[in-house]
Amino acid sequence: MSAPSQAAGAAPVRRFAGRSKRVLPGFGLSLGISLFFVSLVLLLPLTGLVMETAGMTWDQFWFTVTDPRVVESYKVTLWTALAASLFNGAFGLLLAWVLVRYDFPGKRLVDAVVDLPFALPTAVAGITLATLFATNGWYGQMLEKIGVEVAFTPLGIVVAMAFTSIPFVVRTVQPVLEELSPADEEAAVSLGASDLRVFRKVIFPSLWPAVVTGIALSFTRSLGEFGAIIFIAGNTPYVSEVTSLMIFVRLQEYDYAAASAIASLMLLVSLCLLFAIHLWQGRYLRRLEGR
Amino acid sequence: MSITIENISKRFGGFTALDNVSLDIPEGKLTALLGPSGSGKTTLLRIIAGLESSDAGRILFGGDDVSDLHVRDRNIGFVFQHYALFKHLTVAENIAFGLESLPRKQRPPKTEIRERVNKLLEMIQLPDLANRYPTQLSGGQKQRVALARAMATKPRILLLDEPFGALDAKVRKDLRRWLRALHDEFHFTSIFVTHDQEEALELSDQVVVMSHGQVEQVNEPAALYARPESRFVFDFLGHVNVLEGNLKNQKLTQGDAWVSLPSVQGDQEAQLYMRPHEVQLARSPSAHARLPLRIESVSLIGSEVRIELQPEGWHSNELWEIGMSHNEFARHAPARGDLWYAVPDIGHLFTNAQSQPRTVDWHYPATATAHP
Repeated sequence: MSAPSQAAGAAPVRRFAGRSKRVLPGFGLSLGISLFFVSLVLLLPLTGLVMETAGMTWDQFWFTVTDPRVVESYKVTLWTALAASLFNGAFGLLLAWVLVRYDFPGKRLVDAVVDLPFALPTAVAGITLATLFATNGWYGQMLEKIGVEVAFTPLGIVVAMAFTSIPFVVRTVQPVLEELSPADEEAAVSLGASDLRVFRKVIFPSLWPAVVTGIALSFTRSLGEFGAIIFIAGNTPYVSEVTSLMIFVRLQEYDYAAASAIASLMLLVSLCLLFAIHLWQGRYLRRLEGR
Repeated sequence: MSITIENISKRFGGFTALDNVSLDIPEGKLTALLGPSGSGKTTLLRIIAGLESSDAGRILFGGDDVSDLHVRDRNIGFVFQHYALFKHLTVAENIAFGLESLPRKQRPPKTEIRERVNKLLEMIQLPDLANRYPTQLSGGQKQRVALARAMATKPRILLLDEPFGALDAKVRKDLRRWLRALHDEFHFTSIFVTHDQEEALELSDQVVVMSHGQVEQVNEPAALYARPESRFVFDFLGHVNVLEGNLKNQKLTQGDAWVSLPSVQGDQEAQLYMRPHEVQLARSPSAHARLPLRIESVSLIGSEVRIELQPEGWHSNELWEIGMSHNEFARHAPARGDLWYAVPDIGHLFTNAQSQPRTVDWHYPATATAHP
């Protein structure tokens, strides 16, 4: 019976070399694991990418990334991603608005379905969309009658991009919309403002940073989309090839250096975009909170 | 513009927020809607504003039925508890919001709007803060801006929902005084909701006490405090000391305590309500009452010493509270744990038979009458 006698004696007090100012322990350990994991999964592969590219001379690099077929793919990717994310900005705002402001049967189901593009393998989405929009598919048949061709054209790329990145807008706008105080709107109405004016002057100013962030996230996601696009785009050189496909093509040609050159350029653009959003958002929020 | 409330009822699911409420709000007066939370006071204010619809009844502004008018057409100013300032607009833009919302034909030109805003900023004593954003203001300043914003369009009626509820005590007092002064200058018809009885009694011309979706009593502050008509109003307005006992042979008894009630007949359960200032403390019982109490705590802060007492040999749901002047306190030096006797001057007797109290005055028995 040693335990009771120990307990009866002076309780052992654990002392640390330095006195911690934090209440919860484990800061060092948790931060260490997180950083290690981030390095292993994100930073190391990216470094590898840059290393691979570094084997090229500037001339080689420039020649690879300015190949006319590749340049055409930049143009296609940029305008389709822009179109898709702008469409998502409008439609995602509407969807978030409906989900937050109204109660209707099946609301939770719709809310769950919004995340489907995240959960679905993009290839599955691509095949499904291609089937639907093909000239003999459900949507394709109808669209053909009004002379619109979606499958195997750049328009198909827009559809695939919009599908895979809609959750970004909905999920960034939704919480902001939920936190809007009904009193602000009531105040505006009691001051005689019309519904349109309430939306323009009271609701939208609080909302648009979230909308812009959602659009930008949706845009960066669309820039890199691959799986969903290749099935519906038709992949005609100079017409409907996206940049991510070009990387794949170079890989298939066993030209690893060229693939990583294009990839690193895409990486640079995405990173710049993300940082820009982050900086802008921080500044905007600071002004709003009066700091 | 006077306001008439006719038979307003409102239910939220199974909860009755307002039960057939009728009320007259006089023109140019500051009226307080006072009641505990859940009494329906805020709902009533929101129905008057048009922010909520009633299930039944009518609202009239100066004789015109406005029940079916939209908020934006009722021409009211509404001030919210948490200010509801537009945080991406400056103070000046906030104040100008109502003017700029006017239809193009009625909208004053830009220079006039700017002038009006400057005048309002001066009125709320914040002329230097025109270009600040709401987050850069203190709570008291925010509420002033909210008030200026509500008054910018010169509404017929000003409605305030717990306007000082989110402010600390000192600011609240300042703002209260300021609002009263403002009201005396402009004489708009205003209604404010509060759960703070002190605020209601100090600020208003007329107090409407509400509980459980019904109006308990309407009167001027002084009259309301002096002559509450029901147990609820008694309990809700300030502290009250209660002796609950058996009334027999003109004497109300409970345990060791009794109070003689000359000229009160009957043999029944009864409660005697006494305000802290209607009772005095003495070292020995008087001829007409024996109420032994032990001192529980003494609070010296304020113009009067407030003494809390625990009944000795009888029972009361709440501690008794009796005020004593600092002079008297210095003479007698009552200390915690001492046994003292309460001597009532005036009491208000409730019996189960009557809903209204009967006032008993031991010094001038002739004036003891029931309420009209």
